Amino acid sequence: MKKKLMTCLLLCLPIFAHAASGVHLEKADINLENKDSLRAGAKLFVNYCLSCHSASFMRYNRMAKDLSMSDDQVEQNLMFIANFEKLESGEAKKIGDLMSVAMKTKDAKQYFGTPVPDLTAVARARGADWLYSYLTSFYADENRPFGVNNTVFPGVGMPHVLVEMDGLKKLVSKDDHGKPTFEYIEKGSMSDVEFKRAMNDLVNFMVYMGEPIKLKRQSVGIFVMFFLIVFFLFAYLLKKEYWKDVH
Amino acid sequence: MNMMMAFLGWVDDRFPLTKLWNEHLAEYYAPKNFNFWYYFGSLALLVLVIQIVSGIFLTIHYKPDASLNADGIPVAFASVEYIMRDVEWGWFIRYMHSTGASAFFIVVYLHMFRGLMYGSYRKPRELIWIFGVFIYLALMAEGFFGYLLPWGQMSYWGAQVIVNLFAAVPFGIGEPLSEWIRGDFVISDATLNRFFAFHVIAVPLVLIMLIAAHIIALHEVGSGNPDGVEIKKNKGPDGIPLDGIPFHPYYTVKDIMGVVVFLMGFFAVVFFAPTMFGYFIEVPNFEPANPLKTPDHIAPVWYYTPFYAMLRAVPPMFASQFPGVIVMGAAIVVLFFLPWMDKSPVKSIRYKDMRTKLALAGFVISFVLLGYFGVVSASPIKTMIAQCATIIYFGYFLYMPYYSRAEITPSMFRAPLVALYSFVTLGIIAYWWGGEVDNRITALITVITLVYTAYFLILPAYVKPAVVKAVPERVTK
Amino acid sequence: MSEDAVDKDKRRFLIALTAATGAVGAAGIAVPFVKSMLPSERAQAAGAPVEVDISKLQPGELLIVEWRKKPVWILKRTDKNLSDLSSLEAKLTDVTSAGSIQPDYAINEHRSREDHKNVLVMVGICTHLGCSPKHFPDLAPAGFEDGWVGGFYCPCHGSTFDLAGRVYKGAPAPTNLVIPKFKFLSDTTILVGDDSEATA
Repeated sequence: MKKKLMTCLLLCLPIFAHAASGVHLEKADINLENKDSLRAGAKLFVNYCLSCHSASFMRYNRMAKDLSMSDDQVEQNLMFIANFEKLESGEAKKIGDLMSVAMKTKDAKQYFGTPVPDLTAVARARGADWLYSYLTSFYADENRPFGVNNTVFPGVGMPHVLVEMDGLKKLVSKDDHGKPTFEYIEKGSMSDVEFKRAMNDLVNFMVYMGEPIKLKRQSVGIFVMFFLIVFFLFAYLLKKEYWKDVH
Repeated sequence: MNMMMAFLGWVDDRFPLTKLWNEHLAEYYAPKNFNFWYYFGSLALLVLVIQIVSGIFLTIHYKPDASLNADGIPVAFASVEYIMRDVEWGWFIRYMHSTGASAFFIVVYLHMFRGLMYGSYRKPRELIWIFGVFIYLALMAEGFFGYLLPWGQMSYWGAQVIVNLFAAVPFGIGEPLSEWIRGDFVISDATLNRFFAFHVIAVPLVLIMLIAAHIIALHEVGSGNPDGVEIKKNKGPDGIPLDGIPFHPYYTVKDIMGVVVFLMGFFAVVFFAPTMFGYFIEVPNFEPANPLKTPDHIAPVWYYTPFYAMLRAVPPMFASQFPGVIVMGAAIVVLFFLPWMDKSPVKSIRYKDMRTKLALAGFVISFVLLGYFGVVSASPIKTMIAQCATIIYFGYFLYMPYYSRAEITPSMFRAPLVALYSFVTLGIIAYWWGGEVDNRITALITVITLVYTAYFLILPAYVKPAVVKAVPERVTK
Repeated sequence: MSEDAVDKDKRRFLIALTAATGAVGAAGIAVPFVKSMLPSERAQAAGAPVEVDISKLQPGELLIVEWRKKPVWILKRTDKNLSDLSSLEAKLTDVTSAGSIQPDYAINEHRSREDHKNVLVMVGICTHLGCSPKHFPDLAPAGFEDGWVGGFYCPCHGSTFDLAGRVYKGAPAPTNLVIPKFKFLSDTTILVGDDSEATA
């Protein structure tokens, strides 16, 4: 009876699938151990994203530590935007500062017609695959204010800031699953494969940034689980010893 | 050692320390046949401690402030990310708290299910059960207030929807009532601040007092057990129940083992799946609250979804959402009456008949199904199934006086209520046939509903009372 | 119950084992909670070393900068100020600064770095109860008898300090004012809060 109830309960636990959104998502290859990829992604992020978007919960020195870079390396290679955009007080950004940007929410709304979201936790809100597919799915559309549209995020307010690398494409067709086919109008500085790899690095970095503690969390977890197994063994022996009395 | 004894004596003269220890642990005799299901009471106490301790440390850093900081992000949301990133081990404390919230409900649902199975609510334990239902209510309020605090999209819109339920109250009370709860015309900084106060002090105080009452009442009458035998009825010459063992050390060592197993699961979630794939921390909550943009799909956290599904299953009547609110509220209120619904001569499911077992199984299935429908987006078919599940949920309680009774129900109680229940059920079926769902599916659901009503209400009320097995004198192994 | 079969030693051992493991677990879980109350990354970033340009600072002039939300004084002393210091010994509580807080390189009469004797860098918070003393370069503060050669005076409880932050006898403050870590990045730039050698 007990067993049956348990099985029933377990079987009844609903196994949910996320509702299909009708948009085809490419799979991003996320590997937080790959520091090279994360550093490449960080570079893309500060160069192309951080001028408009903020990452206002992330500190430069944390990135330096987690990505095995020295503070100086970060200051010289990754903080120029931040230094270019001085703080309100007129001071330059410091290594311990947050990766916020000077563009005010109000300005952004004027430029793009929509507030520019903070990107620190966007990988947790949207998911890596969505970001990767979004970044690789810009195409020319003259009906849009910036001349581009996106198959993953139709009517997006963001201009195609990566056009110099990606080149400009046009949307040829979409299959039944919403998977688009593109054709180059103009080649960018990167080949299709190179660009996709670069975007994968960028997304990898954004996943890292969404939860910088993730790798440490898992390694602490393994230690804790090991401890609990030992604890269980002792607790079990103790219980068994005492329950000899109970008949 | 003598010093210790002398000190203990000094304390005992002034405070009943030894007396309390003996009454509640060393000389509290619990039945020796507790099984797996009896772990969850002590585990619930453990989760309470986890929540209080982690909660205190979160309030050290959290700011209940919906205004925007220099980066245009609500201060409350930013303070949560601050805890997750800048506070040393803050992520661990926050994940413990968010996992603890769900763990609390898992443990409490299993604890309540134990109560349903073994008749823990039956005389003389009615008050234990009633305190327990109040604890459950307080817990739901606690979870609801707490969910607003991270000030993410789901926090905001979840609170928006729930507070608007109060606006459905008719007679012109609803709108002022919901404004009074919010302190504003929408969910705002005022709401956040008061929900913070409720979450960190008001409800926890109530919760702790209710839990104290729950345990005092339990230790007054003594624990039940899977056989439903009252162990106090079989005492040895020394006045100690023959089937009882002292809680300490026997159940303390056993519960320690249970605690360790629980912690394995708990920390597995904390360290390896803290969002539990979007069920413990919902994905839209990683975006700050935006009063201008509702997320595509909003659903409450999993532990409320059965009731949310009932709310959605009830169509608006007389141009009001209120009937749905009533049904949702009734689904909880009906729990209070359970001790007087069960007319069976036996307590435990072990000695009840197949019909009662099936009723409980139907209840569990309907509860889980409703939980599922509360998560996914609605469709006409799903709504119909949810309505059927709602009938079965209520059927478990309302038909219990009939299917649990060992003799035919006295007719004066029988006719009016059976007629009322049947009338409502037939009304719902008629409503289904007026809908747009495929006829075959409607037919199937109709048959299920009719069979349920016939088997659990009409048949036992008029034809075949429950046949229970004999309960042994002493607890079984 | 068969009492005679109970192995008490085994029970005691298992209780000790489980209790010890539980204690280790409890201590382990206490660590994150205790540590969470330390200064966070934000506090540390806000408390980062501060660079100060002293090129415009005149002899005898006091510059106040903020470091870790505390006032830090940077005082360029005149040669007379420095020579006055040795004449005060009999009037001071802690002449050698042995009982006061400062980095090793500031344990000397002038309480500063040897290569820039005249520049005093000091936390402007009274060691008595935390008020911020005032600079009295020439005029003696009220109640001070005679022979005032310039110094600091705390308005809260009347503590007086010389121009090396050393406390005068009879003042309620127990020790000299605190000297923070600092270093010269160049002759005209000071970094307050950091004295490590190995930075670029």
